[in-house]
Amino acid sequence: LCPGWEFLFPQASTMFARCTRKCASSVLLLVLLCCVLSPPAQARKSSEDIRCKCICPPYRNISGHIYNKNVSQKDCNCLHVVEPMPVPGNDVEAYCLLCECKYEERSTTTIKVIIIIYLSVVGALLLYMAFLVLVDPLIRKPDAYTQPLHNEEENEDARSLAAVPTPSGARANTVLERVEGAQQRWKRQVQEQRKTVFDRHKMLS
Amino acid sequence: MVNAGDMNGSGNLMDFLDEPFPDVGTYEDFHTIDWLREKSRDTDHHRKITSKSKESIWEFIKSLLDAWSGWVVMLLIGLLAGTLAGVIDLAVDWMTDLKEGVCLSAFWYSHEQCCWTSNETTFDDRDKCPQWQKWSELLVSQSEGASAYILNYFLYIMWALCFAFLAVSLVRVFAPYACGSGIPEIKTILSGFIIRGYLGKWTLLIKTVTLVLVVSSGLSLGKEGPLVHVACCCGNFFSSLFSKYSKNEGKRREVLSAAAAAGVSVAFGAPIGGVLFSLEEVSYYFPLKTLWRSFFAALVAAFTLRSINPFGNSRLVLFYVEYHTPWYMAELFPFILLGVFGGLWGTLFIRCNIAWCRRRKTTRLGKYPVLEVIVITAITAIIAYPNPYTRRSTSELISELFNDCGALESSQLCDYINDPNMTRPVDDIPDRPAGPGVYTAMWQLALALVFKIVITIFTFGMKIPSGLFIPSMAVGAMAGRMVGIGVEQLAYHHHDWIIFRNWCRPGADCVTPGLYAMVGAAACLGGVTRMTVSLVVIMFELTGGLEYIVPLMAAAVTSKWVADAFGKEGIYEAHIHLNGYPFLDVKDEFTHRTLATDVMRPRRGEAPLSVLTQDSMTVEDVETLIKETDYNGFPVVVSKDSERLIGFAQRRELILAIKNARQRQDGVVSNSIVYFTEDPPELPPNSPHPLKLRRILNLSPFTVTDHTPMETVVDIFRKLGLRQCLVTRSGRLLGIITKKDVLRHMAQMANQDPESIMFN
Repeated sequence: LCPGWEFLFPQASTMFARCTRKCASSVLLLVLLCCVLSPPAQARKSSEDIRCKCICPPYRNISGHIYNKNVSQKDCNCLHVVEPMPVPGNDVEAYCLLCECKYEERSTTTIKVIIIIYLSVVGALLLYMAFLVLVDPLIRKPDAYTQPLHNEEENEDARSLAAVPTPSGARANTVLERVEGAQQRWKRQVQEQRKTVFDRHKMLS
Repeated sequence: MVNAGDMNGSGNLMDFLDEPFPDVGTYEDFHTIDWLREKSRDTDHHRKITSKSKESIWEFIKSLLDAWSGWVVMLLIGLLAGTLAGVIDLAVDWMTDLKEGVCLSAFWYSHEQCCWTSNETTFDDRDKCPQWQKWSELLVSQSEGASAYILNYFLYIMWALCFAFLAVSLVRVFAPYACGSGIPEIKTILSGFIIRGYLGKWTLLIKTVTLVLVVSSGLSLGKEGPLVHVACCCGNFFSSLFSKYSKNEGKRREVLSAAAAAGVSVAFGAPIGGVLFSLEEVSYYFPLKTLWRSFFAALVAAFTLRSINPFGNSRLVLFYVEYHTPWYMAELFPFILLGVFGGLWGTLFIRCNIAWCRRRKTTRLGKYPVLEVIVITAITAIIAYPNPYTRRSTSELISELFNDCGALESSQLCDYINDPNMTRPVDDIPDRPAGPGVYTAMWQLALALVFKIVITIFTFGMKIPSGLFIPSMAVGAMAGRMVGIGVEQLAYHHHDWIIFRNWCRPGADCVTPGLYAMVGAAACLGGVTRMTVSLVVIMFELTGGLEYIVPLMAAAVTSKWVADAFGKEGIYEAHIHLNGYPFLDVKDEFTHRTLATDVMRPRRGEAPLSVLTQDSMTVEDVETLIKETDYNGFPVVVSKDSERLIGFAQRRELILAIKNARQRQDGVVSNSIVYFTEDPPELPPNSPHPLKLRRILNLSPFTVTDHTPMETVVDIFRKLGLRQCLVTRSGRLLGIITKKDVLRHMAQMANQDPESIMFN
């Protein structure tokens, strides 16, 4: 960005600066949204994607049959689709009254894209779960149990009054350490949730 | 009050990785918000924006953006909710069929999609085509016979177990809050409770992914309740992008109400029904502005889902029906019978399910959630496979039961004896005698009905996303269809009886069993959830016609009356009571004649009220008081002798203010006097610097006198969303009533266990 940006538009720059923190996580979701929404928008109707389906029940000595054909919606009726016509000319109208024709369309690209995206998300989650459950405890130095279990019930406010507050200026410097910190925080949150739901049955029972 | 996030100037991209700094004005987890304060903060925000908008063009544009941000949020919620619902529908369609076979030409096609272009489908075997093969055909090249059946059976069970195990593992490892239906917790959140992480991004992702897995595994559950949770997560996510909603918990809940409407809208393809459901069942406060915005969000969501077109026919729900045959007044009698059945089933289900969930909560059963899911899935798969009506997915079952039998249906349910010379067009088939296929279908349906009634009791409430709408509708549809076929055959064989003579002539199409199935579904759903208007609107949006409103209403009203005769709570209120959430229901009526003195704390014999004084306590005294007690707030009085009330101070804000003061202000030590007045008190010389805490004091706490009837107090708590209320007599502070005390008192009056109210 050009260096004069902050002088020319001070309010805009502060607004965008504050926005990046929230926008980063929203970018991921919006990208996913675009990925999913754009294929249906761009999909041209291939010949596989439209059909007119006519179902004709048994009539006299003719058995029932299903006819499929690639026609447009205005041509989707018995006369255009049922070929070859199993009844002679004067019976065609009676036969066609019994048949029911429906126009259907689908988007094969949408189906393919969505199923493949879904499977890749499930695969990624499976890998991450395997990593967290199997690999992570091995590569991390086993931390001493920092607080015995009964301390969890202790008054958290008393701890916060007495504890030395971390100076907010001394942030972890490298990106890796900050990712580590965020991941540790997330793991702690999930552990807390797990305790609430699965162990103490305080919620969602 | 310096926000540490701004200390380094403009933050960079990685700032979102750092821990958020708690500041004054946010709430702690598992606490209730202060609705009045949120409302006044919103008014301040609005006033500031309006006054600044006159200053410059940029400020004016900012004020316009602020005004439109509500609509932008609704648009985004609708888009994302519709997209996720489309993804869920398509993935469920595919994975359900994966249990039985696979498409060889392209593995991502479900059974119907695979056979779409095939020319080899015949009238009798319209499901078969060579591209889609069952597992037995693929593995041992046999499609009929005992070994093929056993192999298919075994693989069906294996796939179901695999999906269910994967789902419960994902929930346990990544997002434990993603289990259950979500609607009881969302009701509590919308009433002002804070549950951090319940509407987070991981919960959204895991709930979407595992919902597909559990619905595909064949368990007896639905996706409508979890879709409401998913939509509310989307609402929470988008509202955090705009400061108008992210900083104000009251405004955020308006967005969540609208998101819940969008969730129901995509679940049923019923935008109006979704808005009414949000109004009736989910929301606590529903201002009129939210009504229009909810409708917009619901419409955008429905439109997005329609453009994804998951079912290939531009319909939003698998079981949309399109017939318009008339019904007759004499049929109201079986409809009301179906309503009674729905009410009785609702009561039975609620009682049994709550008993089972309580057992899961208190005994050793709750220690094995993964094993429980696997066992229930195995039982469901083993019993469901032999019966063709339970083998397929519940939505398909409901769709078949709702559909009327034309001449073109080839299912067993439509195996009527046809007149071979008949040449009537397809939609005017007269009543016919039932063939052998119909009798087989009837007893299979009866077995399926009993199975579904029993297994849903054990399935709802497990540690996986589970909804209740589809199983209830399935139970009602099966019962309704059986009653409908019974009435139809009765009318055909005895059309000279007095009850049929007037309206059913031989050769006419009098009875539509599909309509009975619909009415049964509405009755059962109403009996369980106690929905009224929203149920009828959802059902008539599903059927696309206003002809059937009277039967639906008759059944819904009957089922609600019958169910209310046994117990006042619907399933969601019952789960709220089971979990002990602090939810003050607007539907409960308080009719006892107790007074405020009977409920206030401290009672006679208890320790006196912990108060702060205006200017005679030191910092150390305040800290000791906070450490020794666990109250959420303290009243501030003039002095210990004259207990005249000045205001109310919250515990969290006291802690934060004292912590900040110790760090930043010079001279504040443990002996400093804490004062809440405008000017510091008279202090002897050489005393340490006093600490002014007036800005955290709420100068207008709500007070009632000791003789106020509890009816009025409960009303005040409900209408204003209070957390606590102070009790005075002749201007002197007597005690305090908190929301928890009110809930306990109501539980005690209703002879329930008052100790079950757990949260603060």
